[in-house]
Amino acid sequence: MSLPRPPKKNPILRTRAPTTPPGGRSRVALGLTTAAALGRLELQVCRDCGTVQYPPREACHACLSERLRWTAQDGAGELIADTVLTHSNDLYFRERLPWRLGMVRLDAGPSVVAHVHGDVGDAPARVRVGARLDRAGQAVLVAFPEQETKDMADDRQLREMTCDPQYRKVLVTDGKTPTGQAVVRALVDAGADLVWVGHAEPWKQYAGFDAIAGLHAVTPVPLDLTDSRAVSSLAAQIGGKVDIVVNTAEHHRTFGIGDRRGLDAARAEMDINYFGLLRLAQDFGPALKARAADGDTGACAWVNVLSVYALANFPAHGTFSASKAAAYSLAQCLRAEMRASGVRVVNVFPGPVDDEWNQLVPPPKLAPSALASAIVKALRDGVEDVFPGEVAQDWLARWRDDPKALERELSL
Amino acid sequence: MNRAKYDGVVACVPVTVPYVRHSIRGAHWFLARALRELIATAGLAKSDVDGLCVSSFSLAPDTAVGLTQHLGMSPRWLDHIPMGGASGIVALRRAARAVQAGDADVVACLAGDTNHVESFRLMLGNFSQFARDAVYPYGAGGPNASFAFLTAAYMRTYGATREDFGHLCVAQRQNALAFPHALMKKPLTLDAYLAARAVAAPIHLFDCVMPCAGAEAFLVMTADRAKRLGLPGVRILGTIERHNAFPEDPIQLRGGWAMDIDDLYAQAGVGPEDIDFLQTYDDYPVISLMQIEDLGFCAKGDGPAFVRRHTFTNDGSFPMNTSGGQLSVGQAGAAGGYLGLVEALRQLTGRPLGSTVPDARIGLVSGFGMINYDRGLCSGAVVLADTSSTTGSKPRAPDTGSTAAVRAGP
Repeated sequence: MSLPRPPKKNPILRTRAPTTPPGGRSRVALGLTTAAALGRLELQVCRDCGTVQYPPREACHACLSERLRWTAQDGAGELIADTVLTHSNDLYFRERLPWRLGMVRLDAGPSVVAHVHGDVGDAPARVRVGARLDRAGQAVLVAFPEQETKDMADDRQLREMTCDPQYRKVLVTDGKTPTGQAVVRALVDAGADLVWVGHAEPWKQYAGFDAIAGLHAVTPVPLDLTDSRAVSSLAAQIGGKVDIVVNTAEHHRTFGIGDRRGLDAARAEMDINYFGLLRLAQDFGPALKARAADGDTGACAWVNVLSVYALANFPAHGTFSASKAAAYSLAQCLRAEMRASGVRVVNVFPGPVDDEWNQLVPPPKLAPSALASAIVKALRDGVEDVFPGEVAQDWLARWRDDPKALERELSL
Repeated sequence: MNRAKYDGVVACVPVTVPYVRHSIRGAHWFLARALRELIATAGLAKSDVDGLCVSSFSLAPDTAVGLTQHLGMSPRWLDHIPMGGASGIVALRRAARAVQAGDADVVACLAGDTNHVESFRLMLGNFSQFARDAVYPYGAGGPNASFAFLTAAYMRTYGATREDFGHLCVAQRQNALAFPHALMKKPLTLDAYLAARAVAAPIHLFDCVMPCAGAEAFLVMTADRAKRLGLPGVRILGTIERHNAFPEDPIQLRGGWAMDIDDLYAQAGVGPEDIDFLQTYDDYPVISLMQIEDLGFCAKGDGPAFVRRHTFTNDGSFPMNTSGGQLSVGQAGAAGGYLGLVEALRQLTGRPLGSTVPDARIGLVSGFGMINYDRGLCSGAVVLADTSSTTGSKPRAPDTGSTAAVRAGP
């Protein structure tokens, strides 16, 4: 059933305080979260006997081998029993009852406890189990209908695990870049109620800005991330209404150390890419956290457009890489601080975007519109780490395989 | 089958520390009271108790070891049994072997827990690694949710209805009305049972036990010693325990009893038709139905029909949970795993605190514990007999096909 537009907030009514579902996990169980953060379902599979394990284990329950590897699963299975909780001792779930749960026998072997999507029929029913991050930022299993249903994303329980921009108010911090403009368009297309678009130095005309500023849901706001007072002032105005922040502001210059004179370019990169994020987080973070459970379309996400160069330095863009690495580290801090409220911090690691500052980088390059689609998809799917495009995927695979080898490959 | 019998050993001195809904005391307080009443009733000094067996959830961070110092005991045999609803049976069979072998002369078996206002909620999140990783984050419904799955699957598979579960709950409440320690004091009608609010459908309010504080205890010693002390004892005819049975079952519709039932009756030398009363572990009524089936009182899946043709009050055709069970007495943590056993000792020594099962000479007590992930892992059962009875003295061929020819109606 498609989600009706939520009514305007009645200030007299009780505001729901932010809480999160139980987030404790053993270390071995975090493997599920590692995959779910990327939108994947992986379970441990024994490399010696092939047995699929669940719940996560330290040793194979069939042959006792310790060689368990997290492996992608299709999640096909049968809902064999279900219930609707009408009571819970947990503060988060108490506010969200009734809540549907079930046991699914996976075709791969194990029986799993899962949240059950409302479009799944009564047990027994065929389902497809996927992994999602819940509001505690931990992986949980969700049983979906075997076939896509209409408006599947609007399921009340599923929306607790996603950050769909529909009916939400979004701040895009820089609308002057091709990426920023593409993100604004994608959010408007996704049904965002209102998109505030930051523009620094309003007296400068940038191509395309007037076109997005004219879109019905878009409101331009002055925002320069290098100006602490400007950030504070905007937060005082709209901070209590923003549901999603997408930080597209970026300063990007080429070259590393030896081909540069002085610190100006590097300092400007740090001032926007690192300190800009810090200023933004200090001023917008607290209000976002406070409104994290405020109705069905409350504050839910903070998106950082980083760079795959944050994982390993790309020497041809050496100082830019360093500023993105700093931003990535700070984003991890932000994620940790946001976790208690349930606001999801989504880090996006694009490869080279097809824009002015990557003119000399050979293709494939990521189109700004593709980057924007990836951001909206991440919000809808509720994933936490996004590596859009072929280059980013390639770097990610190399980095996960051997970070040292990637460092050498990039220095050639 | 060549398991040694439990000849020459008895269980005696059934003790209950009265249940309260909440307590500001610690678990040690309840266990201390239980021990004190054991030795006072038995006429023993504390130092005469040279074996100690403890089950408690809320004793943590202590175990049975810490309790020895807390209570000033120096036992030469010590066991800590963290098996929830199977604790009583496992404690009894281990203590009996220790006494038989001479490793201990008098074993005090204690189970008890306190219940603070916060206790139950706090315990749920850290009950087990699997529960924390793979159950608790899903609604934090605790055992209600897990048993909702089992109950729903059982109802669908074997055609049980809520009325079937209701019949058991109503009969147990009837038994509880005469039992002074029961927390539930009001009669329960089937209509009230059916009209109760849902907790996790198909689990409704009266399918759930009330967590509370309290303790249960008994002593294990040789029959000769009990006789010298003037303590009426109960003989142990046969016992079984099993853990993580049938791991390949997609969902639990049977427990470990089904693996070992032939062994139990063969060791006991009796069959289901000889049993005068049954104490099931009844944290939810569906588990009682599974036990009736898996313990051989009817065929698998015939539980609902069995319930419809029997009455379960102490004067009924199939006396069960004769003090009211946990559903009506309350669940004092690990003491819930002793409740049926302690009640059986009272019935078989002719000293029930509530109503009497007429002419009860042989009783079966069953235990079930520890929903580690999606199912109860521990199961056990024990056949007990009064000391005057000679039943079970001869080995008996296993007879699994028999349907219970339980006593005819009154």
